[in-house]
Amino acid sequence: MLRKKECVAMLLAGGQGSRLYALTSNIAKPAVSFGAKYRIIDFPLSNCINSGIDTVGVLTQYQPLVLNEYIGNGQPWDLDRTFGGVHILSPYEAKKSTSWYKGTANAIYQNIRFMKMYDPDYVLILSGDHIYKMDYDKMLQAHKETGAACTIACMEVPLKEASRFGILNTNPDGSIYEFEEKPAKPKSNLASMGIYIFSADKLYKYLELDEQTPGSENDFGKNVLPVMLEAGEKMFSYRFEGYWKDVGTISSLLEANMDLLGVQPKFDLNDEDFVIHSRSPLSPPAYVEGEVKNSLVANGSDIEGKIINSVIGTNCIVEEGAVVKDSVLMGNITVKKGAQINYSIIDEEVTVGAGAKIGEAKEDACKLEGKTAGITVLGRGITVKDGGSVAAGEIVDKDV
Amino acid sequence: MASTVGVIFSSINDENVPELTRVRSMGSVPYGGRYRIIDFALSNMVNSGITTVGVITKQNYQSLMDHLGTGKDWDLARKEGGLILLPPYSDESETLYKGRLEALKGATSFLKKCKQDYVVLSDSDSVYKLDYSDVIKFHEEKNADITLVYHEHKVTKSRYYITFDTDKEGRLDDICINPVARGVKKNYINVMVARTSFLLNLIQDAIQHGYNSFGRDILVPGVKNKNLRLYGYKLEGYYANIDSLVAYFNSNMDLLKKDIRNEVFGARDVYTKVNDSAPAKFTDGAVVKNSLISDGCVIEGTVENCILFRGVKIGKGAVVKNCILMTDNYVGHDCNLAYVVSDKNSIIRDNRVLAGCELQPYFIGKGSLI
Repeated sequence: MLRKKECVAMLLAGGQGSRLYALTSNIAKPAVSFGAKYRIIDFPLSNCINSGIDTVGVLTQYQPLVLNEYIGNGQPWDLDRTFGGVHILSPYEAKKSTSWYKGTANAIYQNIRFMKMYDPDYVLILSGDHIYKMDYDKMLQAHKETGAACTIACMEVPLKEASRFGILNTNPDGSIYEFEEKPAKPKSNLASMGIYIFSADKLYKYLELDEQTPGSENDFGKNVLPVMLEAGEKMFSYRFEGYWKDVGTISSLLEANMDLLGVQPKFDLNDEDFVIHSRSPLSPPAYVEGEVKNSLVANGSDIEGKIINSVIGTNCIVEEGAVVKDSVLMGNITVKKGAQINYSIIDEEVTVGAGAKIGEAKEDACKLEGKTAGITVLGRGITVKDGGSVAAGEIVDKDV
Repeated sequence: MASTVGVIFSSINDENVPELTRVRSMGSVPYGGRYRIIDFALSNMVNSGITTVGVITKQNYQSLMDHLGTGKDWDLARKEGGLILLPPYSDESETLYKGRLEALKGATSFLKKCKQDYVVLSDSDSVYKLDYSDVIKFHEEKNADITLVYHEHKVTKSRYYITFDTDKEGRLDDICINPVARGVKKNYINVMVARTSFLLNLIQDAIQHGYNSFGRDILVPGVKNKNLRLYGYKLEGYYANIDSLVAYFNSNMDLLKKDIRNEVFGARDVYTKVNDSAPAKFTDGAVVKNSLISDGCVIEGTVENCILFRGVKIGKGAVVKNCILMTDNYVGHDCNLAYVVSDKNSIIRDNRVLAGCELQPYFIGKGSLI
């Protein structure tokens, strides 16, 4: 029997995420912890399964160990399938030429054979560094209705931030007449979310073309999309309304975590109609003895200190007298007696010694400039000795 | 470890806790915030290296099946062996099994197919940690026919139970069913080890002689006539048997003690079905002391000395003390609850005041609206 999938998703998860500094020293950005018990990649993967897309290629390149282990056979997302399911696609050695993924388009190009196995009509291209809930099927229906070669999801952003994004200039019917990658003077505030649906034939065609174009950076935003537009292909925008956040920087990552707090949070994880799936660790419920205000606490944690406006990941121990405020503790972290943590992101497996002082109060720290805008970052696996201190805005990836 | 198959009785002591087993079998009684009681026996088996486990069911085993699924969460979804549910099996003339022997009779075809040398049998109404490979080693050393696992504690039970004494070699030299004398005894915890072939012969023999009580017809004569080599293996550490609602309440509350919590959950994982609930959320009004809070909870009020299962919501101004609230309980604002055990999916409306006491927790049935 001839079997096919209407739509196959390709998830670009190879980026280094250099603006997350110590948090991505050893792991790929999509594997970074988020929201106490998730990793960033849970969001696009859950979006896929919640949209009825059950075939996903995950393109990895940079530090893939944690990510590969995490995805495993895809079972936590119901993506362990006999036909379809989730597949890790790493760069490979070939007879004629062997290369790393050179750009986003080249990464997809190198996996054309994977997509063709499923004979899809449409291909959905996703990136692995955004926090959002989206029904891709609605976008797919819009793509079919317009009969476009490519549909680009977009949303309105504040005009002053528009130059950080790929900007779409559209006609009233939503069709795109111009595409500008990170323009200095944006003409509109309609930003591309890095989510594309291509009609498969067109995708293959323009990827082949791009590959043969000398000097191309093999990037969707810079090369493939403008070339398609120039060639007169029908390209449409698809407007997304709702929460969407690029967590590519320290401050946006902290902000997105804080957006989960409160009775009516900006981004709700307690959504029965749209569950975010994750590989949940086997931990007993959290034990809480101290004071916990306006915070999230994941299973396995043991809280005897004080937690205020913070996100506490799985298996964190916060001892008596310790205070964690306006911070993110990712998972498997021990905060010993009397330690103070303010306005910080603490990566997994970190130990903060007794009486240690990490960061400064948010009110003062957030006035600082620099790479992290006053947020203190402790990298994976480090130990801060008893009584040690780390100043506001510092990024630490060695024991102190 | 010698090749071993596990057998779990999921339903054998249902009548002890009628409140909780009205809608489910004993093994699937929710426990400790995110577990079912069968998780302990099952995890012990998996952690002992056992990869084939038969679970004998009786009735109302929908929730048990839902919980166990394919066995994947225990790494028991296997091509060879794995988790096998053994629903009641009987000849046309017979009804549902009553005793342990009859239940085992229904499992003989499963056991005959097993190539493993040893079989471990356990009930699923207890919380304990035990490496069965240690018991099998002991069993081999003693060249025993059956090794019975016991725990030393004060007899408190009012229902069916077995205590025994052993000589200095560990061999049983006296055995009592429901003894009158109280005090600290060697209490049989309904966990035993035997050679698979020996157990099969024993079952065959019991059927032929019309025996129906494992204790009365096999163990007692076996000790008295010295025709069975019965040995006792001592379980060290924490043991809780859920034989009443009060025992259920107390053993849950035991988990609030650090040393017991570390013993039960530390060192070796307790496996259970995984759900994707969001992390627990605490608002500005939350005041939480000495409690276990599971993923999916939203706490806006005061919680003290409680076990909250997944997805429990505590409204503003509510005060909840010494309670066990199972999955998806909703407690409205300004409620006042003390010593309440509330089964899954119940709704307690705003301003309600409910209280039981330590010796008689107030029980709310599954899906109630109060």
